[in-house]
Amino acid sequence: MSEQTNGYKSGSNLEKLLRAGHFVVTAEIGPPQSADPEVIRRKARLLKGVVDATNITDNQTAIVRMSSIASAVLAMQEGVEPIVQMTCRDRNRLAMQSDLLGAYALGARNLLCLTGDHQSFGNHPTAKNVHDLDSIQFIRMVRDMRDEGRFQCGDEIKGVRPRFFIGAAENPFGDPFDFRPYRLMKKVAAGVDFIQTQIILDIPRFREFMKRVVDMGLHEKVYILAGIGPLKSAGAARYMRDKVPGMRVRDEYVERMEAAVAGIPKEDKKARKEAWEREGIRIAIEQIQEIREIPGVAGVHIMAIEWEEAVRPIVEGAGLLPRPVVE
Amino acid sequence: MIVGEQKPLEEIMNLLGDARRVLVAGCGTCVTVCFAGGEKEAAILASALRMKSKLEGHPMEVDEVTVQRQCEWEYIDPLADRLKDYDVVLSLACGIGVQAMNERFPDAITLPGLNTTFLGLPEEHGIWEERCQACGDCILGITFGICPIARCSKQLLNGPCGGSQNGVCEVNPDIPCAWQLIWERAMKFGQVERLLEIQPPKNWSRSRDGGPRKIVREDLRLPEEE
Repeated sequence: MSEQTNGYKSGSNLEKLLRAGHFVVTAEIGPPQSADPEVIRRKARLLKGVVDATNITDNQTAIVRMSSIASAVLAMQEGVEPIVQMTCRDRNRLAMQSDLLGAYALGARNLLCLTGDHQSFGNHPTAKNVHDLDSIQFIRMVRDMRDEGRFQCGDEIKGVRPRFFIGAAENPFGDPFDFRPYRLMKKVAAGVDFIQTQIILDIPRFREFMKRVVDMGLHEKVYILAGIGPLKSAGAARYMRDKVPGMRVRDEYVERMEAAVAGIPKEDKKARKEAWEREGIRIAIEQIQEIREIPGVAGVHIMAIEWEEAVRPIVEGAGLLPRPVVE
Repeated sequence: MIVGEQKPLEEIMNLLGDARRVLVAGCGTCVTVCFAGGEKEAAILASALRMKSKLEGHPMEVDEVTVQRQCEWEYIDPLADRLKDYDVVLSLACGIGVQAMNERFPDAITLPGLNTTFLGLPEEHGIWEERCQACGDCILGITFGICPIARCSKQLLNGPCGGSQNGVCEVNPDIPCAWQLIWERAMKFGQVERLLEIQPPKNWSRSRDGGPRKIVREDLRLPEEE
């Protein structure tokens, strides 16, 4: 612990709230596929005061977008605390560390260490990937930069160390299921401070995962934020159920979304959209209320992809506004 | 073994350009076993080239020869005298063979007729799969005999990514998840705890990232001739 951070690892708002025992709320901003800063500013304004910090995705689904670090700076200018996402797909250990120094110098304090979706999903499928480090080695590197003041090679960081509150993802729905809690354990051993899970659309399976996590005592060593992904339409629910690798969607959600537009003629696209969005938000609120009661859950991470407008009604509906303030 | 795949005929024709006399050179080792560039494939390709060039109105003279191994001097040296009769050699060996020919016979042009694909094995008749990336620092001893460098799409060393589901890789359901296989082997031998240790960043300098590699075995070198 350092003097600069008053006993906190990073001193970020997210860290302080979690340390104080608050149930935290994070969301995410997807940067634009352009150089338009207004996209980030607009999304940030939608989330200001609604969430405690917001992820800034890093070329998510392997599609080129504005840099997560640059976008994080824009978000900070709007008064929103960023969680910079960084993947192992696009950078080797030199580029990662260099960008971490830069991100910290620009004011970023939270980092999410990810493996990264394979580039074959994105818009540059013929690209070369990097994967010099995996996400666990990445976490260890960031922790050592912060706590040991050393670069990955062992050289000393002379001067200001980047002190990040270190996050990682975990997918309770990936296989081998029995390995998942152990993988989380490895991330904890590597030095992770908080976890954001994959979108949960199978609460019984998540409950089983959390039971194992709690039995292993991991919830006392890492803050776990449960992933909430509001459904936008019945088609989106089916797509996530049938097509997205690593996702599990219970049929009940697909059925509820289908039922939400029962009786509305197909031609009335506006009414169907509104009905779906209402139901999607309602499901998300119910999920938060249910997941909150699961032992070991320290908060929620709302992934309203290209639907940042949904975050406020969800957080409000779940009774989580106003957001707490800590000094 | 080295697995290769023949280039499309169209691409080969483009590579050959306006060559008139072509020698198709097969290789009797790996690419014979994977049915891509052995004696039989060389004969078939030579006749395809003869037909296609004739149809296109600029007939080529195409002969074929197959040597036991295009990647060793002693097997390719006997070709030396024949090469002057041809404008170009079309090698059906792997990339090593093609380079060996160009290196040994600098006055001749040897072109590749194959794409060298990977180091692997025939999983069943007609199906080959990658098994090794020649990373120079074998970790099979800690991954229960299954290589995540060659078989995990992201070369992860500490377990599966979030995209592993139902035993297959997120990239393609035809790719088994290497970490699922590793996990199953660890379970089978009751040694799951061996996968819980954090594997440090890999030393890629022993792989291609360290630059072209070379092995010198002093114990095997022949004394220099006086």
